[in-house]
Amino acid sequence: MALTLSSNIQDPDGFYDELLATHEGLSKDESDALNARLILILANHVGDRAILREALQAAKE
Amino acid sequence: MVGATYPLAFTLYPYRTCVALGAPPVRHPVLIIGGGPVGLATALDLGRKGTPVLVLDDHEGVGIGSRAICFAKRTLEISHRLGAGRAMLEKGVVWNVGKVFHGPDKVFEFNLLPEDGHRFPAFINLQQPHFERFLVEEIEKARADGAPIEIRGRNVVAGLDPQDDHVRVTVETPDGQYDALADYVIACDGARSPARDMLGLSFDGRVFEDNFLIADVRMTADFPTERWFWFEPPFKNAGASALLHKQPDDIWRIDFQLGWDIDRDEELKEDNIRARVDAMLGGDVDYELDWTSIYTFQCRRMKTFRHGRVLFAGDSAHQVSPFGARGANSGVQDADNLAWKLDLVVKGQAPDRLLDSYSEERIYGADENILNSTRATDFLTPKSDISKIFRDAVLQLAGKHAFARPMVNSGRLSVPCVYDGLSLNGPDSLAGPERTRTGAACPDAPLGDGYLLDRLTGGFTLLAINTATPDIAQVGGIAVSHLTLTTGDDPTGALTARYLGDTPAALYLIRPDQHIAARWAKATATDVETAMRIATGQGA
Repeated sequence: MALTLSSNIQDPDGFYDELLATHEGLSKDESDALNARLILILANHVGDRAILREALQAAKE
Repeated sequence: MVGATYPLAFTLYPYRTCVALGAPPVRHPVLIIGGGPVGLATALDLGRKGTPVLVLDDHEGVGIGSRAICFAKRTLEISHRLGAGRAMLEKGVVWNVGKVFHGPDKVFEFNLLPEDGHRFPAFINLQQPHFERFLVEEIEKARADGAPIEIRGRNVVAGLDPQDDHVRVTVETPDGQYDALADYVIACDGARSPARDMLGLSFDGRVFEDNFLIADVRMTADFPTERWFWFEPPFKNAGASALLHKQPDDIWRIDFQLGWDIDRDEELKEDNIRARVDAMLGGDVDYELDWTSIYTFQCRRMKTFRHGRVLFAGDSAHQVSPFGARGANSGVQDADNLAWKLDLVVKGQAPDRLLDSYSEERIYGADENILNSTRATDFLTPKSDISKIFRDAVLQLAGKHAFARPMVNSGRLSVPCVYDGLSLNGPDSLAGPERTRTGAACPDAPLGDGYLLDRLTGGFTLLAINTATPDIAQVGGIAVSHLTLTTGDDPTGALTARYLGDTPAALYLIRPDQHIAARWAKATATDVETAMRIATGQGA
């Protein structure tokens, strides 16, 4: 399996809204901490080290 | 410099005027510099095999201060092969439960739940001076049995002059100087190794900008025998992390991570140390300070552990952070790896190039240890803002979700490395368990009234399970002993699970250091002979 880079989220606008809403009212430090937790939770869900490596690379490019 | 530079916990080998003074230089097959855990273990192993060994130490015994306190299963197994393991286990503190805190909150706790069917636990806590004392006591017993081991206290190596076929060693004593000649020198003289400097060799790696305060306190408090570790401790001035861990004799190891910019002398004042310890233990606990120290650390190693006839072992060759207890433990594995090879080379039963494999195998081990210890250090002392953010996120999640707990890293348990794909490995022709593949250290298993490792006593062993051994008693003068077992010899099933897995029968060739040289479902005497040649540096 490869990293999915085509659109894969239903209702992308809705998700984007939810992502921002989760951060609403947080300080920069609190938001940074939330993002870090979110990355770790999602990374664990993915699990596959090869896919995670691809994702890290894609984010860096 | 022949004056003592540190006070002693035990005087073990008092200075005696040396017979070598004023006499022509005597030639020694093996000369060991340094009577610490690594030098002593190597000397004991070589001496028990009958190879004469001279140990020179700059003091008359073991320095005070607990220093290394966690001795891992593999170290105890090696010590047991050398005769000292039982005394260590009796004296040591066995613990299984660890608790991890972040600030005032317990994030989680773990239980090591050690696997059954091993003589030794995952590890014990024991002050380094006791560890060394037990080795010296065993050396005394070995000497009484005729083992050719000599330890000279307050004999300081002042010069090393490598020649083609020997090394000239200049030694200073309180009564003057003498020269000794050695076929081989093993430098076990610690992280600041004077021997390394004398040969102008580099020791490169990474420095960690942090100071750790150790306070060993003596108290009869009824804290449980558990390892308690705090990230961002809630007590006053405790620094970025803290540790509480029990040792024998009512001594508790307390560790505070103080950061980089500190006034060392100020922090070491008794009042300041007591203020920290009081804040941690609560004001009403009575204790004495047994030993205190501030240390910084580095992760580094020599490019190669062999320089001609001089071999480096332990901290002189590689240095790690203390997290995961990989210093003394890896040093004892160096000793375990080197002694049998040097013994065969000195006796002319294996070529000198067998010693190259010592460097190859132990560099492999050192790199694994440095990797693990660097990772633990990066978790403990985040080096950037984002690294701190992720570290704290892991700790927060670990309190709620199981997935984050394995990411919490305050040091990973020291386990022996598997020499995967290295030069001395013979075939792995068995569809057996992963953990007993060629290159691995043999896991223990119950056997009658004792254990499997009791039967692997320091030579090459051919272990046959549910099959016969091929007819081969020696290869090129090196004895091969035979150990024939069946599934029924261990009713608990551990032997089968660890050495057979789903296969009906197996044959293992095991090295003197209890690492697996080769394994087969079936093998002929020729197969074994070929593997023996590979394992003793005589391969193609």
